[in-house]
Amino acid sequence: METLETLYIKDLNKTYHAENGDVHALENVNLTIKPGEFISFVGSSGCGKSTLLRLIAGLETEFTGEISLGENKLVGPSIDRGMVFQEARLFPWLTVEANISFGLVKENLTKEERKKIVDEHIELVNLQGFAKSYPHQLSGGMQQRVSIARALVNYPKILLLDEPFGALDAFTRLQMQQEFLRIWEIEKTTVLLVTHDVDEAIYLADKVVVLSSRPGTISKIIHVNESRPRDRSSSAFTDIKREIYKVIFKDDNKLIDYYI
Amino acid sequence: MSTIAFNPQTIGQKIISTANKTIFDKYWLIKVIPPILLIIGWESASRFGYLKPLILPAPSAILKAGYLQIESGELFHHLGISLVRITKGYAVGAGLGLVLGLLIGIFKRFDLATSLVLNFLRPIPMFAWMPLIILWLGISETTKTSIIAIGCFWPVLLNVIAGVKSVDKKYLEVASILEKNRYQTLVKVVLPSALPSIFTGLRIGIGMAWGAVVAAEVIASTSGIGFLLMYSREMWQPDITFVGTFSIGIIGLLIERLFKYIEDHLIKWNVNNTGNKRVGRIK
Repeated sequence: METLETLYIKDLNKTYHAENGDVHALENVNLTIKPGEFISFVGSSGCGKSTLLRLIAGLETEFTGEISLGENKLVGPSIDRGMVFQEARLFPWLTVEANISFGLVKENLTKEERKKIVDEHIELVNLQGFAKSYPHQLSGGMQQRVSIARALVNYPKILLLDEPFGALDAFTRLQMQQEFLRIWEIEKTTVLLVTHDVDEAIYLADKVVVLSSRPGTISKIIHVNESRPRDRSSSAFTDIKREIYKVIFKDDNKLIDYYI
Repeated sequence: MSTIAFNPQTIGQKIISTANKTIFDKYWLIKVIPPILLIIGWESASRFGYLKPLILPAPSAILKAGYLQIESGELFHHLGISLVRITKGYAVGAGLGLVLGLLIGIFKRFDLATSLVLNFLRPIPMFAWMPLIILWLGISETTKTSIIAIGCFWPVLLNVIAGVKSVDKKYLEVASILEKNRYQTLVKVVLPSALPSIFTGLRIGIGMAWGAVVAAEVIASTSGIGFLLMYSREMWQPDITFVGTFSIGIIGLLIERLFKYIEDHLIKWNVNNTGNKRVGRIK
């Protein structure tokens, strides 16, 4: 496994040029993410949290500022950053194993080595027996597992998750959060998770970054020092939740109480 | 509705599995009664002298003529000639449409360079070319092949272009994150995702080709199923004309089914593919 590196984000600005004026999606974002850290980004919709992830992934290349991984400035997508989207985005014409194998970019692998890595990852996401299935034969949660396996198959230094459980039903979502923690504890990669689910952010991450909207700036970074697995009904958990909602709703107590 | 039917994926499967491939499902009676009544009415009208056999022969007379045409080998002789023509014309027309469509879909510059010419030619119906083609090539095999080729070229071309161009941007993003180069993205992502649309084009194309061969033979031929139609009309043998007309329908249906069969087996993953099958009612 490759060694993880620190992710530096310096003076990041991103503006979308639309017909009816420019939209400042991100403004002066500065962030340092240590190797192996699990960071969640929360904020109201349109705050630029997905944009931030897409910039780190290299899917958007027009911005000012700097994003670098260790010594290297990031330009364009690369397999050292895996990504999972809200939709599983599996290729419907490929089986589960072929989808994961499509993600495996490393050259110079023999057929056996390739199959071994793919099988390991199918096992990692608990989909043994579904290797030959097509995506449409799987449930939404299972599809998302394949998507996670595909993103991890190159042992990326950073895993980017853009609301990966947002489209799942409530029960599956909770289950997937637990599953993901299990996977993360095995893979120990740096994780950046964008979510609109504050509970999910606190349950999973070491730090929760709260973004304000238009322009998207970092309002607050909240450390979650509880040991995992975390108890969602504990008072410490609720305190952190209150702290986050305070930032999001700018101390509007009515709204905060409603959401807690 | 079963409990899992709310999952969009399983709804897709359900629709396919209930699409009726055969007329023999639980509604068979209501489907079979009208044609039977029609045939009985038609036959009786002929027997009681309400219909002139020289204008509209009785179903029994058509059947008999059909039997004789098959026994003498005449029908299959003409059908065979038409099928050879359609094969040639389709190979040329669909082949050109496929290659050109891929080039246009993939290369922006090729698209721009051809757009004016293609947009100018596209609205011209295939039969409008016939006088010119006869002028150039006379009443030859190449004349018919050309008409068929023109007929199936357009639907193949347009569907191939649409298929290649409409590849989901989300898939392209996945490919770029996984460091796929242009060629890999084309072969592994763009083409597979265009396959359903390409097949639709090929299927519509073969339908057009079948129509074109008949029309070309009616106008300019001394053999083929279209010729059989015209010749029997001139000989005042409407029963044989009917045999020809109906066999065109049957062959057309068989060709369509064959293409659908190939398509369904090549693109098993396409859950949205209900094609021309009737979609089952969800109760």
